[in-house]
Amino acid sequence: MSAVAEAPVAATADTRKAGDWLLVAAAILLCVWVLLPIYLLIVNALSSPEEVTAFPKRFFPSFDIGSLSFFINFAGVASALWNSVLVATLTMILSIGFGAPAGYALSRFDFPGKGTFRFLVLMTRAFPLPLLALPLAVMFIRTGLDDTALGLALVHTTLALPFAVLITFSLFSGIPVELEEAAWTLGCTRWQAFRKVILPLALPGIAASAVFAFTISWNEVFAAAVLTIENRTLTAFLLQSLGESPLYLKFAGGAALVVPALIFIFAVRKYLFAMWGIANR
Amino acid sequence: MNGKALPYLLLMPATLFLGVFFLYPFVLVAFEAVTRDGAFTLDNFRTMAGSWKFPATVRNTLLLAAIVVPIQLAMALLMASIVSRLETGRSGALYIFAIPLGISDLAAGLIWLAIFDQSGFLNTLLSSLGIVDRPVMFLGYQSKLTIFIAVALAEIWRATAIMMVILVAGMGLIPREYYEAAEVFGAGPWKRFLRITLPLLRPSLQTAIILRVILAFEVFAVVAALGGTNLPVLMGETYNWQFTLQDRNVAAASALLILAISIGFTLFFLRVLRVPKEARI
Repeated sequence: MSAVAEAPVAATADTRKAGDWLLVAAAILLCVWVLLPIYLLIVNALSSPEEVTAFPKRFFPSFDIGSLSFFINFAGVASALWNSVLVATLTMILSIGFGAPAGYALSRFDFPGKGTFRFLVLMTRAFPLPLLALPLAVMFIRTGLDDTALGLALVHTTLALPFAVLITFSLFSGIPVELEEAAWTLGCTRWQAFRKVILPLALPGIAASAVFAFTISWNEVFAAAVLTIENRTLTAFLLQSLGESPLYLKFAGGAALVVPALIFIFAVRKYLFAMWGIANR
Repeated sequence: MNGKALPYLLLMPATLFLGVFFLYPFVLVAFEAVTRDGAFTLDNFRTMAGSWKFPATVRNTLLLAAIVVPIQLAMALLMASIVSRLETGRSGALYIFAIPLGISDLAAGLIWLAIFDQSGFLNTLLSSLGIVDRPVMFLGYQSKLTIFIAVALAEIWRATAIMMVILVAGMGLIPREYYEAAEVFGAGPWKRFLRITLPLLRPSLQTAIILRVILAFEVFAVVAALGGTNLPVLMGETYNWQFTLQDRNVAAASALLILAISIGFTLFFLRVLRVPKEARI
């Protein structure tokens, strides 16, 4: 081995190493960019009301629950939280209930009209769906659905249903049809084969898309603010009290919105690609 | 049960739902926009366009999209490239990058309010560094530029993740062999990115851009949390027409304008980033 032959190899190794360091540094920097603002909100939520409005600010929480307990005891917050959960649960049930059968049909059958249906589902993407709340507000007053959890859940379902269809479609497509056929030859009916063979395999994915539907509804602001008056959801409540509410109420409310969302995203992290990446192609 | 009828039966709930809560409201909103008290008229559009806020509203919305979306595209490409090249900590980085996906736009607005508020963290940092003597009012009615910057930052922070996830999924579909071949012929990382990744990523880029541009025109709660009414945007004005001004015909006209812009841009990007059938992976 001579020094002449070694030099270029060492140089490439050096550039590669430098490149690796740059990669890691960029990754860390971007993680800080995402996490730091959330951390600062949590600092505010875990400080007393006086500290939140004081200046200068401390960059560490004092773990005082003053802001949070003020928020929870504020008139309307408890019912707003409950409404948010109720609407999101209804959205979850409706979008999986309507979406999963459609996803199954798309994955297992070839039939005329399949393309049209897929087009209808994909078309929903090209529209700002929350705007639908405006005409529906009138329709709901006529049918008695105005200011109800179900009315708002129906609008949120238009947001979540396309996802549910596309996610369950890719889930069912990933389960070999041979498994189902084997069950049929062993004497299962179509429904039994589905329930005993396919459903257990698809269940974790279906649960993940249910969580996703819940999150979509939990986070939605515009339709919620348009369609609810007395029975406001948490987002509608926070939006409509932005003008008059004190800072610590806003930040505690923001934290109450963010923390469940963090848990949801963590719960479905394995399925993130099936849900956004692949479902969007 | 007849095998031919089964797929239609499974699709029926979802189709009926989308018919009633997606297609029908669009007919309704279009109808409300061009009528007043039952008679056909274009007055709603005239009223909307005649409002003194209207030019600023359109300008703010378009300018925000024009500034935010390209930055997000670049950041999403960077994040996706980092994630696909990272060897250790890949799934951790991916989860952290994806967190804003689950965060409501209202919560994102409140998060950035904690930073830009007069008693917020940015002022604390600036005064401890001795850059300012006393806290600056970043979000007052006289500081439109800083409101705009804060809204743009919050939007970039919140909605880059959605593009990133689509692009990561798209990059996963590009065969490794292409990169290996390019490396053999001496192409560096930058050249490989330009000549392989970008062209083959076109379908994902198209989806990501269309989705993101539509969401950019829907910007609402972030602006409400940070700027109140100091930075009027289209969606916020629609909300105002419906609630503060109680005129749902003009609100419908405003909604129709947002729809028209969204559809226009969707068609534009479908055309510009068109992928020929034979060039798909």
